[in-house]
Amino acid sequence: MTADVGLRNQLRTQWRALPELQRFGITAAAEVVLALLLYFLDHSLGYGVLTVAAVYWIFKLPPLPWRAAAQGALLVPFLVSALTHAFTGARSLLLALAIGFAASWIPKRHRGWAMPLLALVLAVLYPFYQSGMFTMPLFGVFPDVATGVYMLVFVMMAVGLNIVVGYAGLLDLGYVAFYATGAYTAAWFASLQFPHVTWHLGAIGIDPNLPGIHVTIWALLLLAGVITALFGIVIGLPTLRLRGDYLAIVTLGFGEILPQIARNGDNLFGQNITNGPNGITPIDSIGFGHHLSSWTGGFLPANYLQCCSAKVFGHQIQGTDVFFWTAIALLLFTVFCSLRLQYSRLGRAWIAIREDETAAAAMGIPLMRTKTWAYASGAFFGGIAGAYYATFKSATFPGDFFFNISVFILCMVILGGMGNIWGVIVGGAFLAYLNQEGLANTGAWINSNIHVGSHHPNLDVPLYASGIYGVIILIVMLFRPEGLIPSRRRAAELHEGVHDEPEYSVEHAGAVG
Amino acid sequence: MSSDASVPVLATRLKRPSITGGIAMLLLVGLVALLVKEFAVSPSQFVQITLIGFTLGCVYALVALGYTLVYGILELINFAHGDVFMLGGMFTITYATSFFNLHQGQGWVIVPIVFATLLLSMLSCGLINAAIELVAYRPLRSAPRLAPLITAIGMSFIIEDVGLAWKGPNYVTAPDVFPHSNVFAFRGVSYAWNHLLVVLITLPVLLALSYLVQRTRQGKAMRATAQDKDAAAIMGINVNRTISFTFLIAGALAGAAGLLYSLWTTTVRYDQGFQLGLIAFTAAVFGGIGNLPGAVLGAILIGLIQAWNEGLPWHMPGSDWTESIVFSILILILVFRPEGLLGERTPEGG
Repeated sequence: MTADVGLRNQLRTQWRALPELQRFGITAAAEVVLALLLYFLDHSLGYGVLTVAAVYWIFKLPPLPWRAAAQGALLVPFLVSALTHAFTGARSLLLALAIGFAASWIPKRHRGWAMPLLALVLAVLYPFYQSGMFTMPLFGVFPDVATGVYMLVFVMMAVGLNIVVGYAGLLDLGYVAFYATGAYTAAWFASLQFPHVTWHLGAIGIDPNLPGIHVTIWALLLLAGVITALFGIVIGLPTLRLRGDYLAIVTLGFGEILPQIARNGDNLFGQNITNGPNGITPIDSIGFGHHLSSWTGGFLPANYLQCCSAKVFGHQIQGTDVFFWTAIALLLFTVFCSLRLQYSRLGRAWIAIREDETAAAAMGIPLMRTKTWAYASGAFFGGIAGAYYATFKSATFPGDFFFNISVFILCMVILGGMGNIWGVIVGGAFLAYLNQEGLANTGAWINSNIHVGSHHPNLDVPLYASGIYGVIILIVMLFRPEGLIPSRRRAAELHEGVHDEPEYSVEHAGAVG
Repeated sequence: MSSDASVPVLATRLKRPSITGGIAMLLLVGLVALLVKEFAVSPSQFVQITLIGFTLGCVYALVALGYTLVYGILELINFAHGDVFMLGGMFTITYATSFFNLHQGQGWVIVPIVFATLLLSMLSCGLINAAIELVAYRPLRSAPRLAPLITAIGMSFIIEDVGLAWKGPNYVTAPDVFPHSNVFAFRGVSYAWNHLLVVLITLPVLLALSYLVQRTRQGKAMRATAQDKDAAAIMGINVNRTISFTFLIAGALAGAAGLLYSLWTTTVRYDQGFQLGLIAFTAAVFGGIGNLPGAVLGAILIGLIQAWNEGLPWHMPGSDWTESIVFSILILILVFRPEGLLGERTPEGG
C-alpha cells in the first residue's frame, strides 16, 4: 500500500508529523476563528460551531476524571433546566447534548448494539419531541414527521442500492427503475386504475363495490418487492456480464426507458396502463382493519388516513406518525436483511467479486448467479420502498422517476460510505432531509443573512439541488472516497487501487479490430 | 496489446455460432422492409426526412467524437461531455448576440461572425473540458475505474446547474441567422440552407480532426498514450499533457456541435445537454467506442433512426418514444455486440 498517493494523504502525513500540542492549538484556534466569522453572519451559527467544538474537545481531554468533571459541569445545569422548565427551544439542545454525553459513557464493547438501539429509540419517539426541538443554525427547524417518512423511504432505497453498489461493487445508475416498479405495482393493485375489473382483497377504507383492483397494501408491499426483484433479474441476466462502466450505462438506459414508458403508458397499444403524465391517484389507504384494531384495543390503527383519536404524552397522534413508525419498521427489516446478507456466504461472495472478479471466479464463485442475486436483493428493497412511498403520497407520477433520483440515491450511498450500512443510513437521512426541507431552509438563511453591502442575494437554492449533489459526489470521491463512515475494507480498496480488470478486455478487441 | 493474445479471441469470434446475429439480421431486414415500404408510400417525404436525419446525425457525430476520443485514451465515459455541449450552445448565443450583435437579416456579414463565434465557442468549451479533466479525473487516475465514472456524473450535474444559474430555467433563443431558402427543391424534396450549413460546417471540422489524429506529432502522442500510457511515458511523451489535449479537442468538438445545434434549432436549455449527450454516447457505442469513423457512422445512423421515427407517419412509434428507442439500441448493442459496428479500438485507427 502506498501511503502518500494524492494531495490529501501527503497533507495528512505532514499534519501527523507535527507535535500533538501544536496540532491541538492550531485546530482550536481555527475553530475559534471560524466561530467568530460565523458569529457575525448569524449568532446562532457561531454558538453552534463553538458548541460542537466544545463537545468534540471534551472527549479529547485525556484523563478520565477531567473529562467527567467537564461533562458534569456542562450537563448538570443543562439537565436541571431542561427537565424543570417547559420542553422547548434551547433547552432541547441541552437535552440532546445530555443524551450525547450519556451515549459517550457506554463502554466500547457494548456500543455495537447500544448505539443503534439508542438511535432507534430516539427515532421512534421523534413525533413526540419534534415540535419542541431547538432551531438548528443554518438548517432551521427540525424536519417534520412527513419529511421523516420521506427520509426513511429514501434511506431504505439507499440501503437497497448499497447491496448492489457497496457490497457487490456494481454501479447501478438506474435504481429509480426499481423504485418506479414498486410504486406502480402498488398503484395498479390498489386504485381505480383498472375500472373494468372489480376485485377486493382486504382493502381498507373503501366501498366494497368500488370498481378496480383493491388489494391490501401489506400484501402489495411484498408483491412489489417480489415483482421488482424479478424485474431486477430480468434486467440483470443479459446485462450483468458486462464490465463495470458498460453495466452502469445499461442500467442508466433502463432508468431512462422506464419513466418514458410510464409517461406514454396512457396509450400503450390502445390500453391505458399508467394513466400517462397525470399519474395514478388516489391509491388506497394502508391500515390493519377493524378486526385487528379492536382486538389490539386500538393500538394498531384500522386506517392510517383516519387515524387517530389517541393522545399520548400530550401529543395528538396523527396518520403521518403511524406512517412514520411503519416506515421505521420497514427500514428495520431492510437493515436486518442487509446485515444478515452481508455476513452470509452470498455477501462474502459479493465482496469477493467486488475486490477481484477473476480471482473470485477462480475460487468457484458463480459470477452471474451471485451478481444477479445482488441485483434482485437490491431491487427487492427498492420495490418495497417505492410501493410504500406511493401509498404514503397516495399517488404515483412518472415525473418522480427521473435520472436525478437515481443519482440522488447513489449520492447517499457514496456520501455515507459505500459498503457500510450505518454510513449509508446517515448519508441517506441527511441528503433526503436536505432535498425535502434542508435546502429550502438553508436558502432562506443564506438570503436573509448573507449580504454584499446592502444587496441581499435572492437564491433559489432548491433549484440547484442536483448541482449540489454533484458537488457532494465530487468532493467525497476526490477527498474521502470511502465516505463519511467508511467500511474499513472498502476504504482499503479505494486507497490501494484494486486490480479490477474486466473479464471483457478492450485490448483484445482492439487488436482484432 | 500483443497480437498473439488476440488470436484465440479472433478464433472464438469467428467460430461462435451466432443466434443473436441471426436475430439481429432478422430485425434489420424487417426494418429495411419497413423503410422500403415507407419510401414506396411517399418517396419525397421519405427523402426529405432522411436528409434531416443526416443533418441531425452530423451534430451527433461531433458530440459522439468527443465521447469516443476520451474513451479511447482513458476508458472513461465522460458524462459531463453532453453538458459541455450545452454550454457550447450558451457560449454561442452569448458571443453571437453580446459580442458581435448578430441578428437576422445581416447578409453576408454573418459568415465571418459565425466563423469567429465558432472558434471562440470551441476554445471556451475546450478549455472547460480540459479543466474538468484536471479537477475531476486526474486525481483519480490510479483509483478503481468506477471512481472517475462517479465523479463524471457529479461533474455533469454541476455543469448543468452552471448553465441553469447562467441562463435560467427557460429556453434561451439564438438568433435565427442561417438562411431558410432552399438549396434545391426537386419533385417535392427540398433541402434548406440552414440544414446544409450544419453539414458544411461539420465536414471541415471532421477533416481537421482526422488530420490532427493521424498526421500530426500531437496526434501520434495521443494514439501512443491511448495504446499504453506507461510505454508512452517511457518514450518521452508527456502523458498528462496529452490527455489534457485530448480533452481540449473533445471539448472543442462539443463547442462546435453546440454552435451548430443552437443556430440550427435556435433554442438551448440547460438540461438539453445530458439527454443529447446520452444519445451521442449511444452513437459512439453503436459505431464502436474508441473508433473515430465508427462514431461518425453511429451518429449518422442514430440521427436517421431518430428522424425516421419522429417524421414518418406510418407505423412509427413517434417522438414520444425516441429516447426509449435510442436507449434500447444502446442496451441491445452493449449486450449483444459491445464492440459496436466497426469494432472497439483506440484512436490509432484514426
